[in-house]
Amino acid sequence: MSISNTATAIDHAPADPRRKVKALSKRRRKIQDALVAYSFIAPNFIGFAVFTLGPIAFAFALAFMHWDGSNAITFAGLDNFWRLFEDKAFIAAFWNTVVYTVVSVPATLLCALGLAILLNQKIFGRDFFRTAMFFPYVASLVAVAVVWNMIFNPEMGPVNMILYTLGLDPKDMPGWAADRHWAMVTVILFGIWKSMGYYMVIYLAGLQGINSELYEAADLDGANSWQKFIYVTVPQLAPTTFFVTVMLTIQSFKVFDQVYMITQGGPGTSTLVLVYHIYNEAFISWDLGYSSMVALVLFFLVLAVTVIQFHRQRED
Amino acid sequence: MRIAGRKITAKTLAVYTIAIVITAVMLMPFAWMLSASLKLSRDVFVFPIEWIPSEPQWRNYVDIWTKIPLALFIYNTSKLTIIVTLLQLLTSSFAAYAFAKLNFPYKNTLFLGYIATIAMPWQVYMVPQFLLMREFGLNNTHLALICLQAFTAFGVFLMRQFYMSIPTELCEAARIDGMNEYQIWAKIMLPLSKPALSTLTIFTFVTTWNDFLGPMIYLTKTELKTIQIGLRMFISQYSAEYGLIMAASVVALIPVLVVFLSLQRFFVEGVASSGLKG
Repeated sequence: MSISNTATAIDHAPADPRRKVKALSKRRRKIQDALVAYSFIAPNFIGFAVFTLGPIAFAFALAFMHWDGSNAITFAGLDNFWRLFEDKAFIAAFWNTVVYTVVSVPATLLCALGLAILLNQKIFGRDFFRTAMFFPYVASLVAVAVVWNMIFNPEMGPVNMILYTLGLDPKDMPGWAADRHWAMVTVILFGIWKSMGYYMVIYLAGLQGINSELYEAADLDGANSWQKFIYVTVPQLAPTTFFVTVMLTIQSFKVFDQVYMITQGGPGTSTLVLVYHIYNEAFISWDLGYSSMVALVLFFLVLAVTVIQFHRQRED
Repeated sequence: MRIAGRKITAKTLAVYTIAIVITAVMLMPFAWMLSASLKLSRDVFVFPIEWIPSEPQWRNYVDIWTKIPLALFIYNTSKLTIIVTLLQLLTSSFAAYAFAKLNFPYKNTLFLGYIATIAMPWQVYMVPQFLLMREFGLNNTHLALICLQAFTAFGVFLMRQFYMSIPTELCEAARIDGMNEYQIWAKIMLPLSKPALSTLTIFTFVTTWNDFLGPMIYLTKTELKTIQIGLRMFISQYSAEYGLIMAASVVALIPVLVVFLSLQRFFVEGVASSGLKG
């Protein structure tokens, strides 16, 4: 915009030749600066525009098309949208995603906060404990998911063996990933275990940002540890908690890998989630338009959370 | 009770007990993995768990290299990870410098393009992206995965946030000394941004190394596969060979463990700052 602005400014400039030369060289200088700046941005931005922005625009268009990937694309209008309401698998996937989110977000958050408070104290080997909690987050999902399935194996796994030694009747034993009532629990437990270390680190940063004078003041007022936690720590951590909630919610909406590896969406549709449905519709059924419509639902869920976050940040 | 001159209260004791128990639970799957990787498949599920196998089966670690082309998978993954990480670091820090320290037309509009997609799940546009790559003839190539992972909004954003905290006077002083912008970036900004570069390195390294859905969609030829889908293939082919599966899993974990432990000091800082300043 400002290149053309400069041009108009020059047109209206008084006809002093010296000034005109000066303005011209200033303009040239400005263009040169802009070119340098663009040369910095170009390598990343071109890749980003082609491989991210383009496909995003395409995704929105595709949601209103019929396409199987090889024959001609046809316009579908709202067909794909109406289909959502009749698609039992979509409805199951939608509710499973909601259940996953509603359970795993608060559970992970509480675990992360508890760990952060525990490991914010000056204890021996603190760094080791923190690293150990964090490690599942960076560990290869394929590798740890297969271990998870072995540990939770209904017939031979150590978890059920321990339950058996504790006296639980084999008839009442949870079937974990193979049991339609327990499959979601297994996936959620895995998710909490894998990601809580990451959010613990964010909480640790939040805890370290609390002014220690607040605790001293509370001490003077004779507050006990619990009161200090409720009246100082929790309110002071509110921005962190909010941030963690938003991050966790978005992560939960797009859960896929762990479901794919632990339950394959089953038994039945008991752990089918939105991204799994997108994947199936696209790469198994090659129903690309409909798959994009499901992706659009995911997009609006995430957008809603982001908008809420944006408003909250403005209020603060 | 006193140990080494320090008073041990019930509270301290409780804190240690809780910390140790939770750590044990967190690390239990890794201990199980390591222990099972040295057992015969039929002994893996013996209960009570024999944590240290009486006859460690070191053979498992030899056999995995011949059962599946594990070395090739590791080579493919390393190649991808290194290229993606280098490209990501280079192009992100380059673009971030312009966004943080230079003025140019459409700066805010372009930056908004990045910001708007930062919360956009990749899963929303993975299908059109796949179709685009197929159109380019990149399906079943490593180049597809490189293009897909090397230019992220996250990288530019993280680096820009860090560069914003470096005083602009430093760049101005360098300009007066006759440095051009490229020299300022290389000689002043890059050396100062080690913490941010380390954070981005770990994030990119870990995500690329552990990526599953990307390679699963793009790479169907065995000779192109990465360690994650290779491992997955191994698991479905030899589903009862628990000892071997565990040994291969341990091998797949090691590179991430090494990178994580050597850079974790920066990582914790990085997670904390990228999270909260964002």
